[in-house]
Amino acid sequence: MSSLGFECVNVLYGEREAVYALDEQVRPGEWLCLIGPNGAGKSSVLRAVAGLVKYRGNITVDGAPIEMRSPRRRAQMVAYVPQTPLMPDDMTGAEYVLLGRNPYVGYFGSETKHDRSLVADVLERLDLDEFGTRRLGTLSGGERQRLVIARAIAQEAPILLLDEPTSALDIGHQQQALELVDRLRREHGLTVVSAMHDLTLAGLYADRLSLLHQGHVVASGSANHVLRPDILSEFYGVSVSVHEQDDGTVVVVPKRGRS
Amino acid sequence: MLLAVAVLVGAMIGPAGTISSANWDIIWNIRLPRVVLAGVVGSMLSLSGASYQGVFRNPLVDPYLLGAAAGAGLGATLVFAYGRTATSGWPVDPLPLAAFVGALAAVLVTYVVGASFGGSGLSLVLAGVAVAALGTAIQQYLLLRNSDVIKEVYSWISGRVSTATWDDVKLVMPYVLVSSAVLLVHRRQLDVLRVGDEEAMTLGSEVRRVRLVVVIAATLGTAAVVSVSGLIGFVGIMVPHLVRLVAGSSYRVVLPLSILVGASFLILADIPGRMIEHGGETPIGVVTALVGAPMFIFVLRSRRVPA
Repeated sequence: MSSLGFECVNVLYGEREAVYALDEQVRPGEWLCLIGPNGAGKSSVLRAVAGLVKYRGNITVDGAPIEMRSPRRRAQMVAYVPQTPLMPDDMTGAEYVLLGRNPYVGYFGSETKHDRSLVADVLERLDLDEFGTRRLGTLSGGERQRLVIARAIAQEAPILLLDEPTSALDIGHQQQALELVDRLRREHGLTVVSAMHDLTLAGLYADRLSLLHQGHVVASGSANHVLRPDILSEFYGVSVSVHEQDDGTVVVVPKRGRS
Repeated sequence: MLLAVAVLVGAMIGPAGTISSANWDIIWNIRLPRVVLAGVVGSMLSLSGASYQGVFRNPLVDPYLLGAAAGAGLGATLVFAYGRTATSGWPVDPLPLAAFVGALAAVLVTYVVGASFGGSGLSLVLAGVAVAALGTAIQQYLLLRNSDVIKEVYSWISGRVSTATWDDVKLVMPYVLVSSAVLLVHRRQLDVLRVGDEEAMTLGSEVRRVRLVVVIAATLGTAAVVSVSGLIGFVGIMVPHLVRLVAGSSYRVVLPLSILVGASFLILADIPGRMIEHGGETPIGVVTALVGAPMFIFVLRSRRVPA
């Protein structure tokens, strides 16, 4: 299990700053969910950890700055599931999941028996055996999403980043994908950071929510602490009602406008 | 096996008909170098084409993408137009040298210009288009000023292996071997690149380095074969696609198979050129396009293309 730390992190896109002075500690095994309106900086935080954008400040894994690491070493510690993964139509499921082993294969090397058996094992545990020989182009959105998660699991990184993992899925597949992540998190002790739009689902699965607004964290804590009508109204500009059910689930329901 | 058959057929067929005592000599010194060179050129163009398609993630890319053809054409035109008298005392033929240098220089300019726009795959491709247009424009201007060499230049541009000698083969082999070896060891890296630059980076790939090394190797090999064979079109696009249709699109399979299929294809394509016209040869570049294009369309129509 690994912790993920942000110390005064500013994410830059050219001159424009997308994230300001982010301070955050994600404990080992914790699931932190970033929420906030479009453009609030959720994806930028994830992309900075994945090494895809420049930033100032420190991002640390188990206390050590991550930008000191080589791309391979970083990929061994952080697995990233992008919002819209590029999945070649004619690649098979097993070939795709095998890409997750890339951080462990030398520049001129090729995958070992161990890599291949690990991929077969991941496919089996995720009930994806039948897709191993299927081409990605023949699979549904939900099946493809599970293969992307399988690739990230094959990467054997202690930290898993998910950018809108459910935005393209129907409600059944949303639940399936998030249950899968939750199960794998418990089995492997993964530390998860996700960006999500669906507030009810975010509250349901994450240990903690951080609400970003224009690059600043404006609220952080448990679901019933962050998902309050006054906070959501201020930063999303929406009118919602929030219900807390008997089991502690916080449900966010939009209200119709009064026009 | 296909390759072996192609070599055999290529060596046996030719405009010389049946000659008794000189048979072996003709086969060894005239036909065989031609067959071997066609094979080397075909395999190198196919391998470079497949590699370029991999690093730029674009199936329409050919080995001349980054300006190698225009650069080689300009270099050759300069020699035809001005270089013949100036270099008459040289111990080596300046034509392959000029084509080689021209191809490398054009790709270098493309790379420098593309890198100044950020160095992504797309910026390199756009820079290549601009450099190719510039090179072709200069070449056309030179041809207008020196219209007496137009026929020679166009014959060279259309590609030829008919005048091949063992010296040509020896000249290009070192480049082809080094380039092919470098490209082949990158076949797994090209598979990782199929998920895009960003995801490849998060999987631990050093995308820029891979792209740079592959482009250098493919360009070197392309420039070497272009310098002795002229511009043979269509092979570098068509062969990798045929391979993908049959064997799937993993570069671990596409790269080695492109070498074999490319060699066989060009050896076979060289045969009709010797027979169509009496008293002259049809340039091999014309044959590859004339035979290749309809065949390619037919194959594409008969099977759905994986993009």
